[in-house]
Order: sequence, then structure tokens, then C-alpha cells
Amino acid sequence: MSAETSLIKARGARIELAQVRKEYADSVAVDDVSLVIEPGEFMTLLGPSGSGKTTTLNIIAGFTAATSGTLTVGGKQMQDLPPHRRDIGMVFQHYALFPHMTVAENVAFPLKQRKVPKARRAEMVEAALETVRLGGYGHRRPRELSGGQQQRVALARAVVYEPSVLLMDEPLGALDKKLRESLQLEIKRVHQEVGSTFVFVTHDQEEALVLSDRIAVFNDGGIQQVGTASELYEKPRSLFVAEFLGESSTVRGRVEPDGDGSCLRVGDRTVRVAGRLPEGSAAAVVVRPEHLRAQPAAEPVAPGANALPARVTQEIYLGSGRKLELALPDGTVLLAREQADRLSGVRHGDEVTVVWDVERGVLLDDPSGTTHPPVSGDRTPVAAAEKSGR
Amino acid sequence: MRTGPARIALWAFSALVGLWLIAPTLVVIPLSFTDKASLVFPPSGWSTRWYANFFSDPRWLDALFSSLQVGALVAVVATVLGTAAAIALTRSGSRWVKGSYGLLLAPMIVPTVVVAIGVYALFLQYNLLGTLLGFVTAHTVLALPFVIIPVTASLRGFDRRLEDAALICGATRWGAIRQVTLPQIAPGVVSGALFAFVTSFDEVVVSLFIQSPYLQTLPVKMFASVTRDTDPTIAAAATLIIVFTTVLVLAATFTTARRNRVR
Ligand SMILES: Nc1ncnc2c1ncn2[C@@H]1O[C@H](COP(=O)(O)OP(=O)(O)OP(=O)(O)O)[C@@H](O)[C@H]1O
Ligand SMILES: [Mg+2]
Repeated sequence: MSAETSLIKARGARIELAQVRKEYADSVAVDDVSLVIEPGEFMTLLGPSGSGKTTTLNIIAGFTAATSGTLTVGGKQMQDLPPHRRDIGMVFQHYALFPHMTVAENVAFPLKQRKVPKARRAEMVEAALETVRLGGYGHRRPRELSGGQQQRVALARAVVYEPSVLLMDEPLGALDKKLRESLQLEIKRVHQEVGSTFVFVTHDQEEALVLSDRIAVFNDGGIQQVGTASELYEKPRSLFVAEFLGESSTVRGRVEPDGDGSCLRVGDRTVRVAGRLPEGSAAAVVVRPEHLRAQPAAEPVAPGANALPARVTQEIYLGSGRKLELALPDGTVLLAREQADRLSGVRHGDEVTVVWDVERGVLLDDPSGTTHPPVSGDRTPVAAAEKSGR
Repeated sequence: MRTGPARIALWAFSALVGLWLIAPTLVVIPLSFTDKASLVFPPSGWSTRWYANFFSDPRWLDALFSSLQVGALVAVVATVLGTAAAIALTRSGSRWVKGSYGLLLAPMIVPTVVVAIGVYALFLQYNLLGTLLGFVTAHTVLALPFVIIPVTASLRGFDRRLEDAALICGATRWGAIRQVTLPQIAPGVVSGALFAFVTSFDEVVVSLFIQSPYLQTLPVKMFASVTRDTDPTIAAAATLIIVFTTVLVLAATFTTARRNRVR
């Protein structure tokens, strides 16, 4: 790529959504969403199906009008600006390439709309195709390309005019896993090269972790929490976020009335937690699998640790270590991960003690616990997400 | 594949129905090559004198020219209006707009003679009888459904996201329709235009009501001729119409078929 045609650009635009709401006749798709996306940031909207991610993106693009609330991009009010005047690029899930045009014509399309002179246009198209590693494919028709190549053309078409904002709605959703991973890296690289503000929609948490500067977790039309991947993983503010991002073990109970708000009654046991909630309220302690240990039942528990009796119901070898599924007496299944160099001796079927340091447990309000007794049974993150997504 | 008596019987039956449908049309062709001055079937000898007669008689040529002129104008007007209507109909979420789809197709269902009487009454009042404007207006009403139906079908298969993509790339709404939507639905539009032309070209009933001695289309002239003089020139004219409309309809069908194959 020659220097003068490179796509390096100063900065992306800042996006501000304030109390944005979108109602349909029989439902609320987006419920009071407020979000500030910094210039040049890679923001991912993550959430289960139907949580309002696409609707939010379409409001930013201008395809959908919000029922109420305000949107500014680069400090400008967007409400009355049609999509073609917003200086925004977009990559769609199913590519949305123009089938009657060649790859080069597709990428040149936005430049043509902006009346860029023909010679300059050809240069910019070639540079954009180089950026997505498709130099020399300009004369082909979209249908003569693979899915991954088509999506790279769509990416080239979206960045060629250097929009200050780039929106992507599950751009990798239609591709297989391997291709998805290589394109993730490609998108990350393009983001660094063009410097636009990227807003990326996905319901794949791994993808969100790989790509994003920050992640906004959506559920039921609202934002549950915004933060970096590690903030969301280590300090989830709701049970939904804790269970949607990464693997987690959840112990449900009730805050002890006689404690100082930091003891949880779980069955006939008491668990101590670092946080505090009103006495008597339903709550849950979430512990990441790498912080849970299973030790033989006979072994003494170290001071400052919580302990619950359990049985090993599953032993899964991961190469780098192993994963244990541990069932509590009430049926709740917890996950513990052990590194290969620190394996405990416990085996499938053993009666064990589950142990974790008090400060490793995150105390969270348990919205399902106010009406239901502690939920038992297998709770994978996906099952939990679907349940809360309803 | 199954063969046997049932299959053969089905073939024979289909062939008979087909013959029954096109026989009256096919009779006209030999009639136009007769050497006698009467419409007797089968002809006893052959000649092309009725074609010579057709092309040397200014009254027939005037009628042919009027038909071509009206047909071409109707094709343009009905295609523009019909395509615009089809786009609006598929875009709008309004129940009223959706309901007007039936209204636009009404000329296909309402008996033509009813339309003709209405048109006659209106045209009488506004002095449109026997005018080019009158013919084009009336025929456009009849031709609209034949544009709206294939264009709507094309639009159903068109991915709306392409238009969104064009908009976000900086195209205006009209620019997006012109550069992305229309090229994609072109086969439907072309077939609509051909059907609109044919609809106008062989329209008789409304034309009979709104004609004048100064402006007659070919079918009107033929109708007048068959009631006055039973001269085989009319068979020659009919054969010309058959050939012309068949070619156009085949072209329309072909563009539609090709679109389906491309998908
Ligand atoms: N045009 C519409 N009319 C009515 N309801 C709609 C419309 N578009 C979206 N919705 C509703 O709004 C809610 C949010 O939809 P949205 O498409 O934003 O979800 P999403 O998070 O993008 O989901 P997915 O991951 O499945 O794409 C859904 O309940 C959906 O049914
Ligand atoms: Mg979506």
C-alpha cells in the first residue's frame, strides 16, 4: 500500500446515546439505553437474541427512528439526519454486496456517491482492497467469492470512504469458526489502521473478549453493564453478566438476618462474602472456576475460606489441566478448573469439600430468588442467558 | 419415470386441450393467405394479396400506426407509474397503502365493458373521446396491473438490506433505488413494459367506446371492417397482431425465466 492512499485517519467520532428508547406496537425493543462510546474505541454490544442490539445499531445508523431519547455522533445531533448524511459505514451480517456490480464497483460505490474523481477512486479502491488482503480481486463478481472474501469486500466498502464510525451487525455470524477467528484478527487490525469508532454487535462472548476495548452487555432491551472484558469478568454487577460472560459457578442463598449483611445461608450452611446486601434478600455468590478448589472431604479447611460439601460428578481433561463438575446436596452444579501442575487428587465419584477464598466470591442480587427457591440442576451460561433473556 | 396407458392418455388429453385453446387463432393464419375475396375455410388457393392490400391501404396503415403509438406511450407511462406503485406498496407498512394493492389490480377483474362505460362518460364530459391522450390514459389504467404484478414479484425477491447498504454508503433514497433496486428488479420491469404494450395493442372494448373516425386503433378498425365488409385483409391484420404479440409475450416470459435462473 502506498503512503498517500493509506487509510490512516486521525480519529473516530464520539457517539452518545442518552435515554434512547424504541417501542413497537407490542413490545419495547430498546429500553432507556444510555451509552457513551469514545472516539476510536472498539465497542461491542453483546447480548442474547432479542436483547435489542440490532435495534440500537439501526438507531445509530438511522434506519430506525428512536421513540425517544437523543443520539449525537461527533457532537452533532443525529435525529433528523438521514442515513446517507451521517458519515457512518456499516457491515451487514449477510454482506449486502451489490450482486450486479464487480468487487471494485462495490467498493467504489460510496466514493461515487461522494463524487470522488474517477482516477482517485480507483486508487482508493485498490488501497481498500489491499487493506483487507483482496488486492487483484476487483474484477470479480461477489458471487464468485467465498463467504469470508465477500465479508472482507463488505469491510473494504465500509472503510474506503473513511467514515468516522463503523457499525457491524454480527458480521461473522454466517461464517465457520476457523474463518471467524482469522477475520476477527483482520477486523482488529483494520480498526487500528483506520482509527474510526467501531461498534460491533455479537452474541458470541468469546468474540467480544477478543475484539473489544469495552463491552456493553445487553439484556431485555437494556444495558446491564459496560466495561472492559476484565472488569466484566472480575466485577460483574449482576448475575446475568456474571453468567453470560465466561464460565462461572453460582451458589444461591439468602442473606442471614443476624449477620452484618455479608453472610449467606445456603441450605444448612453459611457462606461468607466480601460484599453486603440487605438482610433477608435472595442473593448469589459467583465464583470463577479457576478460584474454586475441590479437596478430599477429610482434609481441614484453611482459615478465611468458604467450604461446602459436594460430590465430583464429572472429570474433564483439557490438556492444560482439568475441569471438575461438583454437585452440591441440593443439586446445584459448580465448576472448578485445575492447572495441570496443581492437580488435586480427587476423582470422579469422590465426596469432596468445595473451597474458595472469601474475597474471590462476588455477591450479587438474585432476581430469580425472590419468587423461587434456589434453582437446582445444570446451569450452563447459555441456559442462564436464555432464561433471563425472556 | 413411469410410462403406460395412464401417461399416454394424459399426454393426449393435454394435447387436445392445447389444440382447443389455439385452434381459433391458428385458423386465421391460413385464412389470411387465401386467394378468394371471402373468409372461407379451408382456402382453395394461396396468395399474399391481402397483405399487399393491408400495406397499401392508408386506413389500415393509419390504424396500425395509431396502435403502435398508443402502445408505446402506454408501455412507458404504465411502467413508470406501475413500478413506482409497486415499490411504494412493498415498502409501506400502512394498512391503507397495502389495501390499495387490490384497488390497482381492479381493472383486471372488473368487466372491461363496465370500465368502458365509465371511461366513455368521463371522456365525453372532458372532450377526450378520439384523442391520443384519451387512448393512452384509458389503456394505462388497464395495463397497470400487468406492470405491478411482475414488478412486485421481483421486489419480493429483492433483499431490502441492499438498499440500506446503499443508503449508508451515502446514496440518497432515489440514488439507492436507481443504482441498486432498479438494476436488481429490471427483468420484472421489462416484462411489465412488454405486457403493458401488448395489453394496449390488442385492447378492443374500451377502444371501441372512445374511438372516433379520426383516431382508430388496429383492433377497432378490424372490428369495424368485419361488420361492414368481410374482406380477408382483416385476417392478414389479425395474423400480424398474432405474430407481434407472440414475440413480445415470449420475450417477456423469457426475461422472467432468465431472472429466475440467475438467482
Ligand atoms: N420491526 C419490528 N417490529 C416489532 N418488533 C421488533 C421489530 N424489530 C425488532 N423487534 C423486537 O425488538 C426486540 C429486539 O430486537 P433486536 O433485533 O434488536 O434484537 P437483537 O439483540 O439484535 O437479537 P439477535 O441477536 O437475535 O439479532 C425483539 O424482541 C424483537 O422481536
Ligand atoms: Mg440482531
